[in-house]
Amino acid sequence: MSDYRLELRNVSKSFGEVQSLRNVNFQVGQNEVVGLLGDNGAGKSTLIKIITGYHRPDSGELFFNGEKVENLTVPKARALGVETVYQERALAEQQSLWRNIFIGRELRTRLGFLDVKKMREETNRLMLESMGFTSAAVSPDSIIGTFSGGEKQGVAIVRALYFEAELIILDEPTMGLALKETHKLLDFVRQIKKAGKSAIFIDHNVFHVYEVADRVVVLDRGSVAGEFMTKDITLNDLMHKMYLVAQTGSLEEPVEEMIGDEAE
Amino acid sequence: MVSHAEERLPEKSKGQQLTGDSLARFAQKNASQLGIIGVFIILWLFYFFAAPETFRSSDIYAAFMLSVPFFGIVALPLTMLIIAGEIDLSFPSIMAIGTITFIEVFDITGNVWLSFFACLLAGFGVGALNGLIVVKIGIPSLIATIGTQFFWRGMVLVVREGRSAVLVEPKNSALGDLLVGKINNFWPAQVIWFLFIAIVVWFLLNRHVFGAHVYLIGDNENSARLMGINVGRTKIILFGIVGVTAAFAGLLSSLQVANFFSTLGEGHLMTTLASVFLGGTSVFGGVGSVLGTFIASFIIGSINGGIVAVGLTGFYTQLIYGLIITASVAMHTILRKRLG
Ligand SMILES: Nc1ncnc2c1ncn2[C@@H]1O[C@H](COP(=O)(O)OP(=O)(O)OP(=O)(O)O)[C@@H](O)[C@H]1O
Ligand SMILES: [Mg+2]
Repeated sequence: MSDYRLELRNVSKSFGEVQSLRNVNFQVGQNEVVGLLGDNGAGKSTLIKIITGYHRPDSGELFFNGEKVENLTVPKARALGVETVYQERALAEQQSLWRNIFIGRELRTRLGFLDVKKMREETNRLMLESMGFTSAAVSPDSIIGTFSGGEKQGVAIVRALYFEAELIILDEPTMGLALKETHKLLDFVRQIKKAGKSAIFIDHNVFHVYEVADRVVVLDRGSVAGEFMTKDITLNDLMHKMYLVAQTGSLEEPVEEMIGDEAE
Repeated sequence: MVSHAEERLPEKSKGQQLTGDSLARFAQKNASQLGIIGVFIILWLFYFFAAPETFRSSDIYAAFMLSVPFFGIVALPLTMLIIAGEIDLSFPSIMAIGTITFIEVFDITGNVWLSFFACLLAGFGVGALNGLIVVKIGIPSLIATIGTQFFWRGMVLVVREGRSAVLVEPKNSALGDLLVGKINNFWPAQVIWFLFIAIVVWFLLNRHVFGAHVYLIGDNENSARLMGINVGRTKIILFGIVGVTAAFAGLLSSLQVANFFSTLGEGHLMTTLASVFLGGTSVFGGVGSVLGTFIASFIIGSINGGIVAVGLTGFYTQLIYGLIITASVAMHTILRKRLG
């Protein structure tokens, strides 16, 4: 078995004039949580959408467990064990909760008929065990358009965790979550690590990333600006580096100066 | 938000009792369908009290069952297509394309079954071509199918040079009996076909993974793509299904009168679309029901005959059409807002 669960080599992607990714090399280890940091528009979401098979890279190669994968599609990536909480949530708001949990992965019997009963039951179980929906008003048949922002985010998260993926990608999963739910989420990420699986974790909050990631990769305007093992860097240093990247586009200090006063 | 055509029985596992609460929830979830059933009943009561003689006899119902399927059958797959966020305005021309294919193949082979098969195949092909144009080139279906509607009607006129055709021989064949014969000398075969297709489409939409994807695509196409649903393929198949059904309905209608006219289908555009929207399907996609469309097509189909029966002149037809359609669509919209 290969060292990496996932490896991207020299991946580039443009949308018309905009070059979103430029010769990106990126790896995720077999049991590693990788934090992905970078400014708005740095290319984080584009990068993970290449991994999920949604975008085709213009050039470059993808390897899953050391094996090269060509023409990756979303179903193929899911079959390879990738589950994703997308930044845009990827929900269908006029549909029921159970339909949302099983989008693209409907439980079916022979001939493609839906196992509606099973999906309702599973959804009911997930609601009670993982989503913390205790309100009697919520059932597997509830239309999710009426849910609060945090509840919708909860649906997207629970959906990604349900399918027991090998690599779980979380693109700004704490968006819209209250303090308690955010802590629950960070615990989830730690459990992913404990269970021997891998994750890519994107969050604009450096504290969250630092808390759960083994390694942090910094993207800047489509290129990898640098990476750090979280055990080798203090939170203050990391924050300062992020600040530098935003200012100068480089992780290196132009001149020596005091660091550490932006923290907290 | 009103949900789709699932007859959700109150969950027995949780609340064993049919409480007022679960009844209320059932009513709320199926408000759109209950609403259209309500309209249907009110309209029928009105007919019944205004013209008891006519509506106590079975003749009028036989007449409805004869005529409604010609446009109602296409409304069923069209409901799925509109739920998926697309539309097809070319189906009247596909109805004619199907029948001329039948005629041409029948002229050559003399075999009704082969001709029937060719008719369906042509319908599917022309429909799927609509889908390809929409999906691969990216023209909005409203515009693309205005174009293809003219093109295929033009093809019919060119091929037939405007000539009509007599279909007495196929009508008197076993195929004719199967498609438009009378069962027990009363039930028109086409109403059985209508019911059968409604059930098939219901299952496809509500109990098959294909239908699940139809709802998701219409609701949020980007979400569907992100979650790995093959949006393009689903849409092409949908257009194909509308096409094959249109060809089928066109043939039914030609066999019924044992004649083909090159205007075949032209009168059905508005009644078919009205049936879909009257039935509670949202023009924005993601919401709609087969049961609603099925009932709505009988409402639409009853207006013409009903008006005359209650003693109004035919001049009232369009007025009443407009009234019922506008009021019902307003009802759906209000229900959707109130519950959403
Ligand atoms: N589908 C698309 N079409 C055109 N441009 C795109 C598309 N997706 C991304 N981009 C562009 O690519 C660049 C990178 O976007 P991306 O969404 O990957 O950034 P990000 O790092 O996730 O930002 P954020 O933190 O705001 O989510 C941006 O300039 C964006 O405008
Ligand atoms: Mg992003």
